[in-house]
Amino acid sequence: MSRNDRETVAGWAFVTPALALITVFFAIPVLGAFVLSFTDFDLYSIADPASTRFIGLKNYHDLFASPLFWTALRNTSLFVIVGGPLSVLTSLGAALLVNGKLVRFKPFFRSAFFAPWVTTLVAVALVWRYIYHPQYGPLNAALSTLGVAPIDWLGNPRWAMPAIILLSVWKNFGYNMLVFLAGLQSIPEELYEAAALDGAGAWHRLRHITLPMLGPTFIFVGVVTMIASFQIFSEPYVMTAGGPLKSTLTLVLFMYEEGFRWWRLGYAASIAVVLCLLTLAGTLIQLRLRREPG
Amino acid sequence: MPRTLRSVLLHGVLLVAAILAASPLLWMISASFMAPGEANTSPPPLLPSHPTLEHYRVLFTSLSLGRYFVNSLIISVGGTLLGVSITAMAGYSFAKLRFTGRTSVFRVLLGGMVVPGQVAMLPMFLLLRELGLINTLFGAMIPVLAPIYGIFLVRQYSLSIPDDLLDAARLDGAGEWLIFRRIVLPGITPVLATLGVFTFLSAWNDFMWPLIVLSDDRHYTLPVALANLAGEHVQDVELMMGGAVVTVLPVFVAFLFLQRYYIQGIMAGSVKG
Repeated sequence: MSRNDRETVAGWAFVTPALALITVFFAIPVLGAFVLSFTDFDLYSIADPASTRFIGLKNYHDLFASPLFWTALRNTSLFVIVGGPLSVLTSLGAALLVNGKLVRFKPFFRSAFFAPWVTTLVAVALVWRYIYHPQYGPLNAALSTLGVAPIDWLGNPRWAMPAIILLSVWKNFGYNMLVFLAGLQSIPEELYEAAALDGAGAWHRLRHITLPMLGPTFIFVGVVTMIASFQIFSEPYVMTAGGPLKSTLTLVLFMYEEGFRWWRLGYAASIAVVLCLLTLAGTLIQLRLRREPG
Repeated sequence: MPRTLRSVLLHGVLLVAAILAASPLLWMISASFMAPGEANTSPPPLLPSHPTLEHYRVLFTSLSLGRYFVNSLIISVGGTLLGVSITAMAGYSFAKLRFTGRTSVFRVLLGGMVVPGQVAMLPMFLLLRELGLINTLFGAMIPVLAPIYGIFLVRQYSLSIPDDLLDAARLDGAGEWLIFRRIVLPGITPVLATLGVFTFLSAWNDFMWPLIVLSDDRHYTLPVALANLAGEHVQDVELMMGGAVVTVLPVFVAFLFLQRYYIQGIMAGSVKG
């Protein structure tokens, strides 16, 4: 056997377990979701798969005619469009603070900010459910010292999604903070020294050196944060079950309820396909936007 | 502004932010030791007046949290060991073994990273039903067995293995498996440690997939059991905080001891990527 043959055999042998798992448990199911979305697969189909029929675009037709879908889409978009940038800005702010030249005990602060990210979402969502308690919650207690009247955070349709966004920012900003810290540390020190010689102030250095040099980091953070945001499920599931008045119903929660509570898997698959296409579109738009000089 | 004043201000801001970030976790621990009903008083108490272990006793006896703890542990440890082994082989192969089709296969894999995992869940459930894997701990492990980001991470790291080293071993007549075991694995241990802590964390913290695939409460993981309990014990804040502590504690302890792997992993993976 020649050397090239040997490497090809070994190469494929080494990747086969991973590729087999990815094919069976990811690629085929993703394609399956597209197929499933054109069928009327439901509770009866589970008992008797042969009763499933292809119904063309009916699921999509029903989906776009359903007010619940548009509610879920609006709530998810709110989470992506408001929660995403808020989370990225918090991460950037934390990274800039921790990276400051005067800062001592950097590893301590870095770990403190990163700690929420490693915790289990279901567990901390329960903690936050209490923090938001209208009567006994620490948040309202703190706000009342500023003279703010008690707010029923999770019981009021206007505040429930913002409350979930706040929890999510707290839980996740530490991860992107580390990514930004890595980006900040890769900026050559000479750039700042040169700017300092020219008499550039702190704001000027941030605006003209730090932010432009963080460009690639922003793309990475933006795309990863957006993909994750579209998938929000556990927060509303644990804290509000999609309520009040469906104000925290998200696309994935909607898909879960249709698919695994009502067993309308065909219909739920059409939600999955929409989610998939939205994520793809969002990723492409971000990549395109960032490629333009600006 | 003088330098000292700026430094004091900066540290003040950082300290307040760190306390704010940590306070929900600290309060969770404190409340888990409070007497029933104590947290539901106004203003909310910071510390238990008479610390009690009663909630932990109830959680581990009548609410059988111990069983869920073991389930979570089996899924996370088993999934991590399997996942890291499978991913290590694939990542190394994509970096160093020149096999036909390598580039195109790898490109397809990278493309798969933008597809949300939930898209696959409905057909996955049906597939696992056919395979008899519903309500099994193995079924719950599946998402962490071959993470694409992990393959990518190992590949990036393996690129730095010198080709000369591998070729020299080949000239000495070593087989590819032996080379992988004896030369590659020791060389990529740091990235495998990083991947291991990430895999453990995502297996332990995962909620949606175990919720779908484990319908029998004997197989629940901690997060699934906790979400279930929270529905039944809405008023028992202190008890729920105890459950939250038990759920968070293992990943938190792992983080305290292994944080350099997390931090290096995130900082390295993102910049090179």
